[in-house]
Amino acid sequence: MSDITSREVWTEWCKQRVTYAMLLMAVAFGVLALRLVYLQVLQGDRLHRLSENNAIRLESLDPTRGLILDSGGVILADNRPRFDICLVPRDAKPRETILPLLACLLGMDQKEIEDKIGKAASFQPVLIKDDVGRDVLGIVEARRYELPGVVVRVKPQRHFPGKGTTAHIVGYLSEISLDELRSSQYPNRKSGDFIGKYGIEKEFEPYLAGKHGGRQVEADARGRTVRIMDTVFPEPGNNVYLTLDMDLQKKAEELLEGRAGALVAMEAQTGKILAMVSSPSYDPNLFVDGMTRKQWNELVKDPDNPLENKAIHGGYAPGSIYKMITAMAGLENGVLTQHTQYNCPGRLKFGDRYFRCWKHYGHGTLEVTEAIAQSCDVFFYKVGLDVGVDKIAEFARGCGLGQVTGLGLGNESPGVVPDKAWKQKVYNKPWYQGETLSVAIGQGANLVTPLQMARFAAAIGNGGALYQSMLVDRVEDPEGILVEKFTPKMVGELPVSPENLELIREGMWGAVNGPRGTARGICPSDLDISGKTGTAQVVGRKDRDKFMNELSDKIMFQDHAWFIAYAPRENCQIAVAVFIKNGEHGTACAPLARDLIEAYMDEKKEILPGTVASREQAKNGD
Amino acid sequence: MFDRRLLQYFDWGLLLLILVIMGVGLLTLYSAVASDTNPAEMRLYYKQLTWFGTGLVAMIICFFPHYHLLDRWVWVVYAVGLFLLILVLLVGKKISGSVRWLSLGPFTYQPSEFAKLAIMVVLAHHYSQNIRTGGLGLIDLLKPFIYMSIPFVLVFMEPDLGTGLLVLLIGGAMTLFVGIGRRTMAWLAALCAAIGPLAWFYVLKPYQKERIFTFLDPDRDPLGAGYHIIQSKIAIGSGMLTGKGYLEGSQKSLAFLPEQHTDFIFSVFAEEWGLAGSLVLLFLFLMLIIWGLNIAYRSRDPFGALLAIGVTSMIFWQVFINVGMVMGLMPVVGVPLPLVSYGGSSVLTIMMGLGLLLNISMRRFLFE
Repeated sequence: MSDITSREVWTEWCKQRVTYAMLLMAVAFGVLALRLVYLQVLQGDRLHRLSENNAIRLESLDPTRGLILDSGGVILADNRPRFDICLVPRDAKPRETILPLLACLLGMDQKEIEDKIGKAASFQPVLIKDDVGRDVLGIVEARRYELPGVVVRVKPQRHFPGKGTTAHIVGYLSEISLDELRSSQYPNRKSGDFIGKYGIEKEFEPYLAGKHGGRQVEADARGRTVRIMDTVFPEPGNNVYLTLDMDLQKKAEELLEGRAGALVAMEAQTGKILAMVSSPSYDPNLFVDGMTRKQWNELVKDPDNPLENKAIHGGYAPGSIYKMITAMAGLENGVLTQHTQYNCPGRLKFGDRYFRCWKHYGHGTLEVTEAIAQSCDVFFYKVGLDVGVDKIAEFARGCGLGQVTGLGLGNESPGVVPDKAWKQKVYNKPWYQGETLSVAIGQGANLVTPLQMARFAAAIGNGGALYQSMLVDRVEDPEGILVEKFTPKMVGELPVSPENLELIREGMWGAVNGPRGTARGICPSDLDISGKTGTAQVVGRKDRDKFMNELSDKIMFQDHAWFIAYAPRENCQIAVAVFIKNGEHGTACAPLARDLIEAYMDEKKEILPGTVASREQAKNGD
Repeated sequence: MFDRRLLQYFDWGLLLLILVIMGVGLLTLYSAVASDTNPAEMRLYYKQLTWFGTGLVAMIICFFPHYHLLDRWVWVVYAVGLFLLILVLLVGKKISGSVRWLSLGPFTYQPSEFAKLAIMVVLAHHYSQNIRTGGLGLIDLLKPFIYMSIPFVLVFMEPDLGTGLLVLLIGGAMTLFVGIGRRTMAWLAALCAAIGPLAWFYVLKPYQKERIFTFLDPDRDPLGAGYHIIQSKIAIGSGMLTGKGYLEGSQKSLAFLPEQHTDFIFSVFAEEWGLAGSLVLLFLFLMLIIWGLNIAYRSRDPFGALLAIGVTSMIFWQVFINVGMVMGLMPVVGVPLPLVSYGGSSVLTIMMGLGLLLNISMRRFLFE
């Protein structure tokens, strides 16, 4: 309860408290008034002078963006100095002589320069020509005394020495958009800044960007800095080391030259990406340096879509490379054993329709390993029918399909693993048995990415371990101190017993090395490659004939070609997936995989004796 | 319900004072947004006019019903305040990293502003029944502490440090007005002395300490707050004795001042009107505050007096912190200058508070 018992007590108490409060207010406002007097009278002259030409300014100091390198330290993205020629209109006197000379040196029209300057006679430098070459810069510098008011501004500009080779992985930068500025994702960024828009440049933006600095400067009446008041130095960005091997990457690019497709090479025991090429490619420098409308149109209108990373964005029908999954589903569900035999007469009658084998005259009687090696369609039609589409789908998912591989680049497609529920959901229609036949040989609605298939091949090669695909090895700060190290991560195992996996491995070995293998004769045996070809129809055979007659652009409807491989058979080291769009037949891809694996093995051989030699040298040194 | 006799006690002087300050506010805001660099800003001026209109309506609404109704419905007011604060955390609109706004069509409202009023009403209710002529003891402070902490924490989570501090400062001012006993004061001081260093060395992380340092000393952030304060001081100082003249401010016309229509509007005023004008504006605010204290003194009952103290302390703190901040005396914290800074929620809160002052002032002679 309150101590206030009567009106008199209250009035007395309240009067005392209010009096105190009023005194306090007087003191507080007195302080404010004194401060006003200090600023406006005592400091007034000085501050007035500073305000006259807005003398205190803020200059931004841009940080150096971190580098992107391959596993061996080859630079994939760095910064080069960019020279902009600017003119301070007020200092450019007499204009009659300066402008024609400048126009001549820069190879511009004098009118163009006049338009840029406008009528303003300001102290602010006006950009006349950006990013001039060193030759032009040299000439301008040499005649500097004839060109008062001309200023050369140096800025760091992103540069991709690897050009198209790593374009889809490294990505590119471009100017931050209004929406991005408004979102809280890019704090401390201002308009005109360049940010990573694609690839590693985008995904590792926080590591690469560094931190902006700046300084307060006092400028004189002509806008020139007379005093630096306070500086916050920018912090350079960190360097990102990829798992890529630039030699292999270049080799892969060479191999795909002139074709549309993708090649992915993966370290079989870790999931590290050694090479990942999508062809055709583009020069990412265009995005930084600026491109003409024509160049842009060429990029976006190219039917082979150079901007798309076919290794991860595109989902494609896998064709026969899917047969290992059907085989696994059969073997693990007991509808198929090592010795189960089926006869292939070249086609299978199902309902009132014939499903053809690619080999018109048939394969005769086959067991599972030979069926894989010779890629018999009829054999897998039968397995597929026995095991059912839902089981196949279950095993496909177990093999890492229908999901992203965790690469960490944007837009990785999960692909499609069709089953009954999927069809009901997407098309609201029941499943037809006939579709199971298509799915069993990798036709139908199945969609996979080359990266998924490389990982699948790696898992078969290494004995069953599915690794998260890995593109970045580590991040280091500019001094080389480790900031973050990424480690291989096993995310699952192929849903197959060691014995059954061995049957599949036997089949894939036979495809390359067996007398009737679909990829026989592609390589000298010392490489010990196992593999599987795939040919994926773009349209059904009937439709295809129709289209082929009606359309002039026939190549669009040619089959896609696949080859997945790993080597060597035991103690597997590398797995490769090659995909060629409209490549007609899987055998077209096989030599590419062989050449890449050969290059990889050669590299390893070179390194091994090398290390021995250096060890011996070290010994001799002692 | 409404007594005709009331009109003859209406506080015309206070109303006049409010209208004069509103006029100064509109003039200054016009100058701040009418720079030719960004014509689109003019819409802020018209928006503020709308807010002033809304504010006058809110003022009238707060003025008619007897303020004792607030005493009776205190927990409803408090509950609505807390509800709005929780609502904004759940569905609020995010602008530059903080969730402070509730959208109502084209307008947005900051519930944290309403929290200031709610805490006044609650504390006025509580203290009016618990005045100790010898000063409050530690136990007496427990409940008010809880009443203040809940809205503070909710506002702090948005995060809106400025308004959160205001909630504490208003509550603190009311508590000090009621008075804290000498021994209790000593205890509190000892408690702070004990907890402060402990928190500093064991709880706060280095980046949090850096933030506190920067808060207290803007020069540590030469590219952000420090730069703003330098520009603000240049603007104020360059006004000198008589100012550069209305609409003639050079700092503001080149947009060198940050947030010149909200937190830094006093700099625009001081640049154009100089020491003479600034002292007049400060004097107007001082008069408003003295008027408020006087209303508290004349009030017939403790609840009315304490409510008047709450409103007055809100105005005082906002003026003192804002003007102190732009002159480099105070940490950089976003607190609007009452009736001058642009901002609908702030205008609404201040006007509602002033409506309550008029309400208390008018009813001081009436018997129930």
